[in-house]
Amino acid sequence: MYRYDSFDKRLVDERVAQFRDQTRRFLIGELTEDEFRPLRLQNGLYIQRHAPMFRISIPYGMLSSRQLRMLARIARVYDRGYGHFSTRQNLQLNWPRLEDVPDMLADLASVEMHAIQTSGNDVRNITSDHFAGVAQDEIVDPRPYCELIRQWAALHPEFAYLPRKFKIAITGAVNDRTAVWLHDVGLVLTKNDAGEIGFRVIAGGGMGRTPIIGHVIREFLPRAEILNYLDAILRTYNRLGRRDNKWKARIKILVKERTPEQFARDVDDEWQHLAGGPATVTDAEFARLDTYFTVPPYEAFAGDDSGHKAAVADNRGFSNWVKRNVHPHKVPGYAIVTLSLKRPGVPPGDATSDQMDAIADLADRYSFSEISASHEQNLILRDVRQADLFELWTRLKPLGLATPNIGLLTDIVCCPGGDFCSLANAKSIPIAEAITRRFDDLDYLHDIGEIDLNMSGCMNACGQHHIGHIGVLGVDKSGAEWYQVSIGGAQGNDASLGKVIGPSFAAADMPDVVARLIETYIDHRHADERFIDTVRRVGVEPFKERVYAATH
Amino acid sequence: MPQLIRDRSLVDDRYALVRDAASLADLPDGVPVIVPLSFWLEWRGALIARGETGVWLAPADHPGALADDVERLPVIAIDFPQFTDGRGYSHARLLRERYHYAGELRAIGDVARDQLYYLAQCGFDAFQIPDGRDAGAALSAFADFSDGYQSTTARAPWFRRRQAAATPGDVWFPCS
Repeated sequence: MYRYDSFDKRLVDERVAQFRDQTRRFLIGELTEDEFRPLRLQNGLYIQRHAPMFRISIPYGMLSSRQLRMLARIARVYDRGYGHFSTRQNLQLNWPRLEDVPDMLADLASVEMHAIQTSGNDVRNITSDHFAGVAQDEIVDPRPYCELIRQWAALHPEFAYLPRKFKIAITGAVNDRTAVWLHDVGLVLTKNDAGEIGFRVIAGGGMGRTPIIGHVIREFLPRAEILNYLDAILRTYNRLGRRDNKWKARIKILVKERTPEQFARDVDDEWQHLAGGPATVTDAEFARLDTYFTVPPYEAFAGDDSGHKAAVADNRGFSNWVKRNVHPHKVPGYAIVTLSLKRPGVPPGDATSDQMDAIADLADRYSFSEISASHEQNLILRDVRQADLFELWTRLKPLGLATPNIGLLTDIVCCPGGDFCSLANAKSIPIAEAITRRFDDLDYLHDIGEIDLNMSGCMNACGQHHIGHIGVLGVDKSGAEWYQVSIGGAQGNDASLGKVIGPSFAAADMPDVVARLIETYIDHRHADERFIDTVRRVGVEPFKERVYAATH
Repeated sequence: MPQLIRDRSLVDDRYALVRDAASLADLPDGVPVIVPLSFWLEWRGALIARGETGVWLAPADHPGALADDVERLPVIAIDFPQFTDGRGYSHARLLRERYHYAGELRAIGDVARDQLYYLAQCGFDAFQIPDGRDAGAALSAFADFSDGYQSTTARAPWFRRRQAAATPGDVWFPCS
């Protein structure tokens, strides 16, 4: 993975010093709250319901075991011994003290991490495929490109005060695992007929109050032009994006109002002045970045491990876990293992400091000391020998990290909601908890099969409810917490937005509502059809009828 | 009185910043002024006859409106009604890099030390610090960062300079 050189380190250290001074001036009254707010946001610090919320950047979701141990330490020393892995591959701490944040940043800097631009109206953490570099369906490894764009985005002088936040996702695989169609800019690495690497550029997607699937504004952008082209997109947005209304300030509204075709022309007009200019990326720079993402020293295996196959045949618990939590690896004899951060009694995406330390140890032992975080709020050991899977499973179980539910109904994606977040209309975690408890029969859960349940506590859609096969949105109705349900949303190559099935429900009804949606699916499904496929085939009506016949 | 930083020092401001027509009428002839773009477009001839004139741009103005005047104007100012409105950063780069404006480029309005480093990278060389803010203390902000990754008005991107250090003679120089 990427390692800082003295230049990278110096910039992060300078940022820590700058923010330390800004915090000092705020605390002695030299900076007003209005002056300080955008500055603290650009350093990852929100003021939340109970305390500040501090968001640490995990660039494109990649962590070393050393970094994960530091996250564990920071959560233990400055917070309450746990952290929340977010839907944008970041880590959030809910109970830090403002006065401690400069020290937390300094600790992060010591392991080449930071909180730069994890909130605020700027370019946020670049997100990517949590299987990057190890997936079987990968065309181009996105990580060197993520790092290039991370550097471009970090402390960009022109784009620190955009109309609104700006999120970029990058994938290089056949199957999108990044929700690339639902970002301000989505970049799909691809190769043209001549074998040259470039980007398919998608713009104007997003969730939030006005969910929109993005539009392709350029089919093939040669990779050397990527920074020029991003400068052109951001400059167009910075100059023309709406600033009169917070809810209309995202780039998706600009793209919609100008039309995607006109927006693409606007960007091209800007780009033609920048193309071939100083920010054109050299082959030498691509080659330099590639050297950070080399292939680890894999052992040569002829094929699948026979001992592993025997263990799968022998042990039902293990085979369930393998079926759900282990994904094929591009190298024979290896596997990608997802550690589930979803289990009853724990908010989705939360991990304790002790768990983080244990995962770091397991990464050292089984997976070349690297971990990735997924936007589904789980952690991944990327390079595990098949021969080690059984032993790893037995170690994960007592840690509560082996719930065999990846991709299943209880692998709920969920924001912190009204328990923590001051923006939320409604709690999300207790609803996720009630649903998880209702579906505690593992056989039934596996029979239901792949289904994405996403839950957000408000319109900001941090729980990405628009792309849930079942999406749940917390709404406020005269001071009471209600839940609006949509179905038919999906991430991936055929991304779609969920449709609201009707009037919202009280919290206590939610487990029954989900149960009826599932029963409807089971009644209608064809042999191997997933929930989303059944919804697409039969439409929303049968689901709606069943749910409202019972509850109203 | 607002204080002016130019070329990283505190200097006296020769210009009167004109926000409306009435205040322009009140000024004696010959006092150098910085007028809104709309005044310049409407009364250009009269303003030139009157004396030394600069122009300021509002966030919604297009810097291309001054493309033909970049040789003539001794100062162009860009207004930040709130520091969180970042349009002026792009305007500055366009003036410097696309329209090759080489005169004084001044940030006016809600300008504070915490924005100076980024503003300077985008081509500003003068900063009008409003009353109540310590312009002297703000001078240290130009050193908040020693460098950066991006291609800006002030520097080539780091990857080119790093590479050039390894292979001399192969570097892009910034546009201005």
